[in-house]
Amino acid sequence: MKIKAGVAILAFFTLMAIAGPLLIGADPAATSNDGLQGPSSAHWLGTTQTGQDILVQIVYGARVSMGVGVLSAVIATLLAVAVGLVGGYFGGAIDETFSVLTNIFLVLPSLPLIIVLAGYLPQRGVASVAVVIAVTGWAWGARVLRAQTLSVRRRDFVEAARASGERPLRIIFFEILPVLLPVIATSFLATVVGAILAEAGLSFLGLADLSTVSWGSMLYFAQNGQALLIGAWWWFIPPGLCIALIGTGLALVNFGIDEIANPRLRTIKVRKARA
Amino acid sequence: MRFLARRLGFYLLTAWAAVTLNFLIPRLMPGDPVELLVARMKDNVDPAAIEAMRRAFGLSDAGLWQQYLDYLGNLAHGELGRSITFFPTEVSSVIAGSLPWTVGLVGVATVISYLIGTSLGVLMAWKRGTWLDGVLPAATFMHAVPYFWVALALVFVFGVTLQWFPVSRAYGLDVTAGLTGEFAGSVLYHAVLPGVTIVVASMADRILGMRNVMVTTLGEDYVVMAEAKGLTSRRVMWAYAARNAILPNITSFALSLGFVVGGSVLTEIVFSYPGIGSMLLKGVENEDFPLMQGIFLVISLAVLVANFLADLAYLILDPRTKQ
Repeated sequence: MKIKAGVAILAFFTLMAIAGPLLIGADPAATSNDGLQGPSSAHWLGTTQTGQDILVQIVYGARVSMGVGVLSAVIATLLAVAVGLVGGYFGGAIDETFSVLTNIFLVLPSLPLIIVLAGYLPQRGVASVAVVIAVTGWAWGARVLRAQTLSVRRRDFVEAARASGERPLRIIFFEILPVLLPVIATSFLATVVGAILAEAGLSFLGLADLSTVSWGSMLYFAQNGQALLIGAWWWFIPPGLCIALIGTGLALVNFGIDEIANPRLRTIKVRKARA
Repeated sequence: MRFLARRLGFYLLTAWAAVTLNFLIPRLMPGDPVELLVARMKDNVDPAAIEAMRRAFGLSDAGLWQQYLDYLGNLAHGELGRSITFFPTEVSSVIAGSLPWTVGLVGVATVISYLIGTSLGVLMAWKRGTWLDGVLPAATFMHAVPYFWVALALVFVFGVTLQWFPVSRAYGLDVTAGLTGEFAGSVLYHAVLPGVTIVVASMADRILGMRNVMVTTLGEDYVVMAEAKGLTSRRVMWAYAARNAILPNITSFALSLGFVVGGSVLTEIVFSYPGIGSMLLKGVENEDFPLMQGIFLVISLAVLVANFLADLAYLILDPRTKQ
């Protein structure tokens, strides 16, 4: 149930990002004379100060926000797989080094690091922002994958592959990796949400590419356009709500999986056993 | 004590990594930003500022290794260079002026959020199947809400619409800073909205984490045994189940600190709170690299200290680590 709801939310936003702009066809940056209109039949979610349609911006923003999220999560997951699997498989000095590196990146506050890195970027395009977020966001996945690799590497099929003389890298990426795919998938999804949040924070500070419409840059312009003081709630509520909903969808999927693994976590009506 | 020594060693190593990262970032980034900045400033800033910045980066004609040693030497003397935004103020004094605000706000808010969130998690696990389960969907939603969006919503509702609380600065314009009751009152009044933002945005993780561990712990034999002995449910809940469930919770809390600090940076900026987060943004906007880097270093070290404190709490709560 939870998993279905979560997948439905994620599928909705993915569809919106891919097909939405094609269906709407309007220009998200196009201005009009209807500035600061509340929601109406002409503009379902109202307009900005310069008369841009919020709904159109939300739909186009999904593309940039989720695009950055996915791109940076792909890079971060590749890093996490490399560090986690290689360290976990080989053990010894390699593992020690990789573990310390992982733990260091886990402890260091990532957003301040992202802000500092973005501050140095000569131009802050979508791709460079995604890379900066990925560099600071791989550690959690690496830690989880290392722990899983440790438990897999002593299983019979890995021992068999080793005995038959397969090279270590082949064992890691062709024997162990496929078994860990579900773990990699959940850690990938969690990284996507983290990256979407980081991109939103960076855009909100005006440190990402402000010429493209993303949910974060919408919030930046809402804040700087005094949306709050004017009372234009329709301007800043939708972008934040979208980010939170994607996070909720992902959390539902994760919690659903947890509940399958550990039925006690479910919220069924239990007869009160304790006095 | 081995546990503590090992953790301390790890934090020292991480502190060294943060310091070294700070040294390497400007040298690894494309286009040598410092040279660009120096070139751009040459006409309108006095040479002393440029010299100070070169010194702050340890930038000289010497080899990279020598630069690194100079940088470490400067750092050991607390020398972070001079800020460009507030020239000729030292970066260290800019930080010293803003750090207390952040430590006060974020520290108190984090402790409150931890206490409320953890207690709620314990209660929700204990009273599973009652109306308290209704908190779960809300917590699931709040768990992914951006801090700055919560801040914006609170500003809109309680600041602009209802006008109950001030929405910017750390104390009123009409009070003078000092050890007076009036000043303290104004500071508290101004801290309400940013504080509530951090509490609300960071609490969901604590609730969900504690609930899940607690539910698992409640199925353990020693809990059943405690109940069978006829102990009061309050004693079973707190002294048997929660006491054990809290250990993994402390670990995950320590790991989430970096995230909380990141969110607090954004919160401070929404409220123009004069803490270190607002300074960081000022630094980035003005390409004030010495200030940016000094702040990153201080934030990193603060998070390490907080982690160490969490380890100490773990040590007190789990006697097994004392062996």
